[in-house]
Amino acid sequence: MGARRPARREFLKTGAALAGGLTLGAAAPALGQAPAQPPMIRGERDGEIGYGARSKHVTSARIPHGGRPSPDAFGLTFHVATPLQDSVGVITPSSLHYFATTRGAFLPDIDPRQHTLLIHGLVDRPLTFTVDDVKRLPSVTRLHFIECAGNRASRRAKTVQETHGMTSNAEWTGVLLSTLLKECGLKGSATWFVAEGAEEVKGASSMPIAKAMDDCIVAYAMNGEPVRPQNGFPLRLMVPGFEGIFHTKWLQRIKLVDRYYMNYNDFGHLDQDHKVAALDYQIGPKSVITFPSGEQRLPGKGFYEISGLAWSGGGAIAQVEVSVDGGKKWHKAEFRGTPQRMAHCRFAYAWNWDGNETEIMSRCVDDVGQAQPTREQIAKYWNRPYDQTFSVPGLDNSIQPWRIASDGSVTNGLA
Amino acid sequence: MGSRSLLPIAFTLLMGVPALAQGPTYGIGRTPTAEEIRARDISIGPTGEELPPGKGSAREGAIAYRTKGCAGCHGAAGIDGSAPILKSRNPTNPNVWARGRILPLRAPFATTVWDYINRGMPLNREGTLTPDEVYALTAYLLFINGVIPEDQVLDQQSLPQVKMPLGDNYASLPDWKPRTPRLKGYPY
Repeated sequence: MGARRPARREFLKTGAALAGGLTLGAAAPALGQAPAQPPMIRGERDGEIGYGARSKHVTSARIPHGGRPSPDAFGLTFHVATPLQDSVGVITPSSLHYFATTRGAFLPDIDPRQHTLLIHGLVDRPLTFTVDDVKRLPSVTRLHFIECAGNRASRRAKTVQETHGMTSNAEWTGVLLSTLLKECGLKGSATWFVAEGAEEVKGASSMPIAKAMDDCIVAYAMNGEPVRPQNGFPLRLMVPGFEGIFHTKWLQRIKLVDRYYMNYNDFGHLDQDHKVAALDYQIGPKSVITFPSGEQRLPGKGFYEISGLAWSGGGAIAQVEVSVDGGKKWHKAEFRGTPQRMAHCRFAYAWNWDGNETEIMSRCVDDVGQAQPTREQIAKYWNRPYDQTFSVPGLDNSIQPWRIASDGSVTNGLA
Repeated sequence: MGSRSLLPIAFTLLMGVPALAQGPTYGIGRTPTAEEIRARDISIGPTGEELPPGKGSAREGAIAYRTKGCAGCHGAAGIDGSAPILKSRNPTNPNVWARGRILPLRAPFATTVWDYINRGMPLNREGTLTPDEVYALTAYLLFINGVIPEDQVLDQQSLPQVKMPLGDNYASLPDWKPRTPRLKGYPY
């Protein structure tokens, strides 16, 4: 084999291979030392022919969120965050999609042939749907993010996975909830609905009927395959743009009611201040730079494409701006792809780093006119002192600064 | 395969127009029996109309609190365990919100307490409590927070009548509308 290499190099030198681009593993410089032939993955490795695996050199992984181990000593899983620092494009691979549980839970192991969705209450015809029934109905496929209310900026967090990893974005396929509700015939008195999952606590949330009729999806697939158990197999209610807990996993029942029902999860949403309560449902406009971000390191001055994600629970992202001088000047970022409603969109900004210490950050505006604020602006709105103790009321959509040291190391700008 | 009668579809076809505006479009899904719905419906709303028969007072609840393992996580007195506290450390503060995030104190309806215990407790043995035990535990938690007397019996009729200390002193939610900012006048 080794003996043949010089001949092959000669072949490459002729330039003939450039036309075909057929040379495997030899995206080699035509001149000079060609890289050694890498070892081959030979034969089937742990069932990879049937269901592919990523390269053993790719190690990006989720981590427990907020310091609580998952699974814990009892085998209960709690919150697990997505490695946004490694993300590209807008799809979070299903294996890396964040997940959260109400209080720590075992994962229900549901046989889809046994699972049904009951819709009842203030309807003309209560109906029970099997998973196959749901799949027979007209479908929709949409990109949507989900974000946990616990996705809050913190001075202690070091990486973007720790500050923002409790949000992910997937392509969801299912049936509009409005299709199912029309099939049951909504009574005029139905103003709210309660969605319930099949996990051990039967987590339940009340939501306004206007949301149900607008864009909720009873999803059976994510990213081109059945919804993963961690994300609600076999049926998950998508409530686009609302806080993650409303996206009821292992959906087994929807009850139409005439008032806010104050069931299990609703208690956690109670608030004294009507403004805070209003900010605790729909996610605000939010963006974050994922590269370069906390604990990454720039090898030296020169060109970098700053890259990040922006999203809003109110609609599509209309504009993202990036600052590379600590927020003094702002530059319009480019979108990579077309921003979708209630979905992550990827933005990029071409940057030549001069090697000096600086701070970079992003901000966005959505298509209903909401703008992502700094923490200082939020404190000012609420007439509270802006200091280390300040906590953003409602869901935290504040601007995240990353500090770049002259040695290229990146740290949390809030620290 | 649960398929409902094809009659509504046939009827619609005969009419030749979408005359049954309220009728089903696809005829997919099965009509559940009333018993099936009753068995699955554990959403207890403020009127308590879904509550099952049963009864209990704080006296029985105090026993259930020990024998069902509640004390193991919430502490013998409801304030000294690893799980969320169930009794206020600041019970005399006139502002209920200042007494802490305590389910039997802050819930606006006693039905919320019943719903919560019935769904989610005890840890790892959820769904094993009898209705009598849930009534009794609800009564016990309301009693230790000074909401009801020790001998008050809670049942389908009396539970929804309990006057909770929070009353209507909590934020109502704005009417949600698509494509609108989440809070009027809030620019962010």
